[in-house]
Amino acid sequence: MSAVWITVAVLAVTTAIIRASGPVLVGGRELHPRLFGVIALFAPALLSALVVTETLGRPDGALVVDERAAGVAAAGAAVALRAPIIPVIAIAAAVTAGARALA
Amino acid sequence: MPSPGMTEQRSKLRAGFRAGLPFAVAALLVGISFGVLAEPVMGTAAPIVMSVLVFAGSAQFAATAVLGAGGGALAAIVAGILLNARYVAMGIALAPSLRGRALRRAAHGQAMIDASWAMASLGGGRFDPSFMIGATLPSYPAWVAGTALGVFGGELIGDPETLGLDAMFPAFFVALLAGGELRSGRRAVATACIGATIALILVPIAPPGVPVIAASVAALLGLRRASTEEGG
Repeated sequence: MSAVWITVAVLAVTTAIIRASGPVLVGGRELHPRLFGVIALFAPALLSALVVTETLGRPDGALVVDERAAGVAAAGAAVALRAPIIPVIAIAAAVTAGARALA
Repeated sequence: MPSPGMTEQRSKLRAGFRAGLPFAVAALLVGISFGVLAEPVMGTAAPIVMSVLVFAGSAQFAATAVLGAGGGALAAIVAGILLNARYVAMGIALAPSLRGRALRRAAHGQAMIDASWAMASLGGGRFDPSFMIGATLPSYPAWVAGTALGVFGGELIGDPETLGLDAMFPAFFVALLAGGELRSGRRAVATACIGATIALILVPIAPPGVPVIAASVAALLGLRRASTEEGG
């Protein structure tokens, strides 16, 4: 089997296991309130980290402020002005696309 | 005759489906760019099979980049696993909201993609699993079809980056944080700030994928007693 097909096969299996792991190991039983207190904060922790990596991160590991940052900043302003979610996303894409067209 | 619970689940599934439609458009276009990028590295069949079986954009891009740069299967697999590892944390967050046997819960976990998971979050550690499945349903065929389009005719379509699609997802997460998660108390705001800081510090020094997993450490703030903070 070539490296490509080994990669596809192993990632197919590991991704399914990774996605199943939390629900299988933690789900289906009562949790201690303090443990639940920690788990309840996973969402804000992970979401804010995703905002950082997807706005400023590049695949090669560099931190860059580029057109994406302009788009996400515009979206942040729209959020502050209480714009609904779909227009917020549209503004982010439009500002990023506009900045790229000008660059 | 469906029970009232099933009827409610179906309406949540439908609501999720509608909420997921814009992301299916994004999945289609990003899938095209994956197909375009992957075809010279992996040929025509492997990228499509990968999208069918893996269905995880960032891991697929990362593994393809490693293979394209001449890295071996092991390096490509490690890169993919690191980028998928956030699903362990996301799955743990989802778990208390899941009912039923282990196999059923494992099946629910397969519907986790970033946008659907985030949309299904109700704040305060609760999730709506039916909504999440509904939100993922349109993205799966779109991701596979996009990959096939990119593999077979990508050059005709052009670069989806010119549309600014890559800014959609972080903007969406900002909106979700502001609209839901951060309203559940000062503790959630502090956790978000610490999580973002951890990611910012680690992006330049750690392999891709690690910053987001490491940011889950910020959730340990939940160990502090609730009485020391209001609204937390």
